Amino acid sequence: MFNFTTITNWLHSFLTTTCGFAEWGAILTESVLVALVIITLYAVFAIALIYMERKVCAFFQCRLGPMRVGKWGLLQVFSDVFKMLTKEIISMRQTDQFLHNLAPFLVVMASMITFACLPWNQGAHIIDFNVGVFFFLAISSIGVVGILLAGWSSNNKFSLIGAMRSGAQIISYELSIGLTMLAMICLTGTMSFSEICNDQYVNGWNIVRGHVPAVIAFIIYLVAGNAECNRGPFDLPECESELTAGYHTEYSGMHFGYYYLAEYLNLFICAGMASTIFLGGWAPLQIAGLDGFNAVMAFIPGAVWFVGKAFFVVFLLMWLRWTFPRLRIDQILSLEWKYLIPFTMVNLVLMALCVAMGWTF
Amino acid sequence: MSEDLNKTAQSQQAASATPAAKPAAPAAAKPAAARPATPAAPAKPAVNEMKPKQVEAAKLHDELKRLHDQEGMDFLLSLTGVDREDDGLAVVYQLENTTTLKQAILECVVTDRENPLVPSAADLWNIACTYEREVYDFYGIKFTGHPDMRRLFMREDWVGYPFRKDDETEKNNPLRMTNEPLSDTTTEYVLTEDGKVEAVEHAIFQEDDYVINIGPQHPSTHGVLHFRVALEGERIRKIDPVLGYIHRGVEKISEKMTYPQTLALTDRLDYLGAMQNRHALCMCIEQAMGVEVSDRVQVIRTIMDELQRIDSHILFFSCLCQDLGATTAFLYGFRDREKILDIFEETCGGRLILNYNTIGGVMADIHPNFVKRVKEFIPYMRKNIQEYHDIFTGNVIFQNRSKGVGVLSKEQVISFGCTGGTGRASGWHNDLRKLRPYAAYDRVQFNEVTRTEGDSFARYMIRLDEILESLHIIEQLIDNIPEGNFREKMKPIIKLPVGQFYSEVEGSRGRFGVYIESKGDKSPYRLHYRSTGLPLVAVMDTACKDNMIADLITIGGTVDYVVPDIDR
Repeated sequence: MFNFTTITNWLHSFLTTTCGFAEWGAILTESVLVALVIITLYAVFAIALIYMERKVCAFFQCRLGPMRVGKWGLLQVFSDVFKMLTKEIISMRQTDQFLHNLAPFLVVMASMITFACLPWNQGAHIIDFNVGVFFFLAISSIGVVGILLAGWSSNNKFSLIGAMRSGAQIISYELSIGLTMLAMICLTGTMSFSEICNDQYVNGWNIVRGHVPAVIAFIIYLVAGNAECNRGPFDLPECESELTAGYHTEYSGMHFGYYYLAEYLNLFICAGMASTIFLGGWAPLQIAGLDGFNAVMAFIPGAVWFVGKAFFVVFLLMWLRWTFPRLRIDQILSLEWKYLIPFTMVNLVLMALCVAMGWTF
Repeated sequence: MSEDLNKTAQSQQAASATPAAKPAAPAAAKPAAARPATPAAPAKPAVNEMKPKQVEAAKLHDELKRLHDQEGMDFLLSLTGVDREDDGLAVVYQLENTTTLKQAILECVVTDRENPLVPSAADLWNIACTYEREVYDFYGIKFTGHPDMRRLFMREDWVGYPFRKDDETEKNNPLRMTNEPLSDTTTEYVLTEDGKVEAVEHAIFQEDDYVINIGPQHPSTHGVLHFRVALEGERIRKIDPVLGYIHRGVEKISEKMTYPQTLALTDRLDYLGAMQNRHALCMCIEQAMGVEVSDRVQVIRTIMDELQRIDSHILFFSCLCQDLGATTAFLYGFRDREKILDIFEETCGGRLILNYNTIGGVMADIHPNFVKRVKEFIPYMRKNIQEYHDIFTGNVIFQNRSKGVGVLSKEQVISFGCTGGTGRASGWHNDLRKLRPYAAYDRVQFNEVTRTEGDSFARYMIRLDEILESLHIIEQLIDNIPEGNFREKMKPIIKLPVGQFYSEVEGSRGRFGVYIESKGDKSPYRLHYRSTGLPLVAVMDTACKDNMIADLITIGGTVDYVVPDIDR
């Protein structure tokens, strides 16, 4: 299995010995490099996801999707991004200018930091420490502040209703996400993402090891994650047919673009977390007894495994989005508080029981 | 009116040769005189001529109350204002008993042009509230006791009453550079005991209402419709519809046009009922002139009406899905609607604005491919309806969002005059094709689809089931379209005899009626369309009260109004 630490160690020694950087200087340079890589990846993934969404949605709807700009419309998203970058940012009269301009940055910041939590490969963890799961949950909640501020500062009733819905929805569904993650932490015994992945590399994927409670947790995680991303049947905060565009009604140009970017990246982060916690992260598919098969699978780099699994989950979420009609706000909240939370709690107990009794694979 | 007696025998013979084509108007038993190429003066009174009973303004309310309470006239079909110039201003009431189908037509004329007063019927029929606002807007007739006497379509700062014959509309109303004012208060004119009129102000919204504007630019209002919605959290307290954003004055414009010219505007009312609207106007003119169209025309018109209905109901399905966030189902509907539009395009040349019916027949004979294409379409559509049910009807989210949402009782839909699918979903048998068959509806077998729940889900299911019934009707007719003229020869100048005429058809979303008042000229003196959509908008406040904003979208989608038809 390819270990990314070889590259990072080489870079570190290159900076300290060959270039003669001091230890702090080397770390500073590395941090800047990592930040650049993350921002680039962020943009690239957003473009890939938007293209994928358009094509997936088109095929579900008996259409072709973008076909004109570039071969199979491949350049469509690039031109859209270019358009968005060149559009004027219109500031509305009687809005709270400071908060109005700050809000999209909060959203995109939260999404970028959580993006950095993802374990890309063995040894390629950017933010990784012993309470990684807590950190992830805490940072992802900053996004809702951005949404609330956007609704509040826009001086628009639609935006305000959208933001309030979003607040209620995200805070509710965070409970389910936290509880399902807790169930899986029960199984792995660690909160560090790197160790969760390593553990799955050695012992097999969590969804197999944890069998019934893990599968239940996975399904609930997908539902709650979809709601966290404000997508699919849960796109109430911005539901076009009721609130025109919800909390980002008054945004234009790149400020709107940030919300757009963050929406797609949150989708990827949600899927990435699902693959990290349930589907083994970068761990390849290993079947006990099939050594030849295992060797071939292990030869494929972990990053490919991780991104592949994440995109599989993204596809599942897109499938949901393009099939279901939208829920109503009271139905969303009663789904969470009356069904998902009791289920996750029982599931947590079940998982704890399984682990305590050693009923895991 | 010159009587043309020596031709009477001949025309009766012609009428008995085509016994199947029954006219729609109340006096359906009498055969219409069929005299192609000799219009103008019919030998017999036209089958759709109205003979209104004259009632004084002072006794009007008592008479209306008597009819409502004692004769069971629970349905106010239409309320039309007419400016008779020197004879004063008239209001024509058309009432119907929904069980016996007996009709009563009343007319009230007031001579005072400065301050015309007529007692309001808003306490008897809910829809009178909206109709009277329309009459007030156009003719300045104040309805005493009406709780909300505001203009309905024109701007609030409009000067004069545009439908009056002596109104100097353009002089009084130059292009305004100011925003349209929207008042938060409304006026009620109360008749005091000593005969004076007092204006009483009412507030439209409460102090603490959180009012949001759904529209005029909003994805779910299906056009430029504006709802002022008072909210309490997400819950709706009151809806105040603001209409008239695309009011074009079709009825007023028609008064300056010859009869064939007025036809062009009907397709632009309810664009999803273009065929039926034009059918109604042509039928009204033909019946008034005593022209009998050929059997072939009757069958073609029936098929076209049904295709149009399917088109409308598919679009209803699509838009409802879109409004509820199921965009995939939306495109499924549009995929199938294309097939109908292609069929229309081959025969009519148009896809949305069809311009097909004409006085005395249809513009052109059906295209050679028409029969084949329609026969291909019927099994195709039957298969795809199943797909709609699979992707959308059975969906648990949709069922939860529509069942029990926006329930309208049978009494409410009748009082609001909500005909069409919305009325039938509440158990009101109002299908004109069954009640008073016109065109070729009396020779086909079909069911009138009704439900009793009255909720959004019932309104949705009615439309999907009606698609199947329409396919069934087309299936029976498509193989035996009789031979004959596709258009009767008409005189170059078409004149209607003096009188008031009313004909109606079952449009895509209810009973679409045409009221023509003629002075014997080549253009109508007054042309009024009974809008199918206006009652549907009027009922929104009742249907949405205490529901959530998201339900407003569901209810608005399922009652299925089309804005150009409301605003006219």
